[in-house]
Amino acid sequence: MTDAAPASLKKTSLHAAHAALGARMVPYAGWEMPVEYSGISAEHIAVRTAAGLFDVSHMGEVEIAGAGALDAVQHLSSNDASKLQVGQIQYSALTTPEGTFVDDLLVYRFGPSHYLLVINAGNIDKDVPWITARAQEKVPGIAVVNSSDRYALIALQGPRAQEILQTLTAIDLPAIKYYWFAHGEIAGVRGTVSRTGYTGEDGFEIMVPAAMATKVWDAILAAGKPHGLIPAGLGARDTLRLEASMRLYGNDMDETATVMEADLGWIVGWKKDAFLGRDVLHAQKAAGVDKKLVGFEMLDRAIARHGHPVFHGGKQVGVVTSGTQTPYLKKALGMAYVPPALSAPGTELEMDIRGRRAKAVVVPMPFYKREKKG
Amino acid sequence: MSYPTDLKYTKDHEWIRLDGGTGTVGITDFAQQQLGDVVYVELPEVGTQLTAGKVFGTIESVKAVSELYAPVSGEVLEVNTGLKDHPDNVNSKPHESWMVKVKLANAGDAADLLDATAYEALLAK
Repeated sequence: MTDAAPASLKKTSLHAAHAALGARMVPYAGWEMPVEYSGISAEHIAVRTAAGLFDVSHMGEVEIAGAGALDAVQHLSSNDASKLQVGQIQYSALTTPEGTFVDDLLVYRFGPSHYLLVINAGNIDKDVPWITARAQEKVPGIAVVNSSDRYALIALQGPRAQEILQTLTAIDLPAIKYYWFAHGEIAGVRGTVSRTGYTGEDGFEIMVPAAMATKVWDAILAAGKPHGLIPAGLGARDTLRLEASMRLYGNDMDETATVMEADLGWIVGWKKDAFLGRDVLHAQKAAGVDKKLVGFEMLDRAIARHGHPVFHGGKQVGVVTSGTQTPYLKKALGMAYVPPALSAPGTELEMDIRGRRAKAVVVPMPFYKREKKG
Repeated sequence: MSYPTDLKYTKDHEWIRLDGGTGTVGITDFAQQQLGDVVYVELPEVGTQLTAGKVFGTIESVKAVSELYAPVSGEVLEVNTGLKDHPDNVNSKPHESWMVKVKLANAGDAADLLDATAYEALLAK
């Protein structure tokens, strides 16, 4: 637990800022990242009640641009990118021909024929060649550029996020709707602000040139301090996303689970003529799936975590994909793949926790939904 | 936080307060820092026989599960049931939040424990 990070780990442009804040750093997806500053629970609660600031610069960015860019994006992702206006974003899946996840991603429409894909850090090395090959098989010669090292990504999340960020920018933040973005200056730095996040809370993700990240980070922290803003690490990011029932690639979905099995049918463009995995997903929509991702709550005092077997009626029926004690709801919650017959809320399950059985019950997702203002 | 000199320590980051033939066991400040926010502590029943160096319980934080290792062999005399409702005391008061009291089976076990100076030296490595 005390081992120093190997020298091969990549560092974000905010690495020195994290050290100055006393962050505990851990290796994550090839990066040395802050897991916590003041403690996961405190950071989690701050995001639910005030605001938290996250460095998510490890995320990857890939741009597809030029004539045919929409065709390329439509071919390689599940959602219907033709619905995007310039300035709009959608959640989508990078699908295999089998309808499973190469990755999950956000698709930003930057221009009429210019898309930016935000992908998971741990998948950059796999995704970039995949995206390039799939885009170019559809649209020969289309430009696909890995911009991951150019951008820093900072997430400001929580009910106070807008009033904090508004003190640092002339961008009309209330005019940015959920899953839309705008370009402008933030703390004097030119960048892109989107109303997106991975916490279940209102907030923004701010993309700026990597070299300018520290200036923006420090300015937001200073502006937010009177509002209760604190820096938050990957630990709180994980508990927040789980409480909000957002899936994590590598835990809740991967190349062995289809978009339908992950219960993400809403990110499938059902009217699209063709895309990778379309036939499998349509077949599963019609005939049903063999396993389905569900939410559960522990009834016994225990936490079922990733990899723990799920039992029902004395036999193993599935596996837990994510689980933790959630700091805001104060419940032990998680997600698991189970047969559809056992997916209805109220169904009792038994989790095998290090050889001991503990009772759990299927509950609807999302576990946490913020109250909308107005 | 400095490490109390009236406690003995293990390389697995447990502490034990020896008092005649009994020992009171908890985890160190270093251990709680590494774990982060503690949410469950699973302890043995009174009467359980512990073996020095073997697992006697588990402690679970928001992010991970760790095992608790017995510093000495012996019978569990008492269990701190207060940790059930206040597991976070392990974070706020690690050297006061004891977990079990043990009747030492072998007085010789104590010789293998570290004193505060040796434990701090271990952490400094």
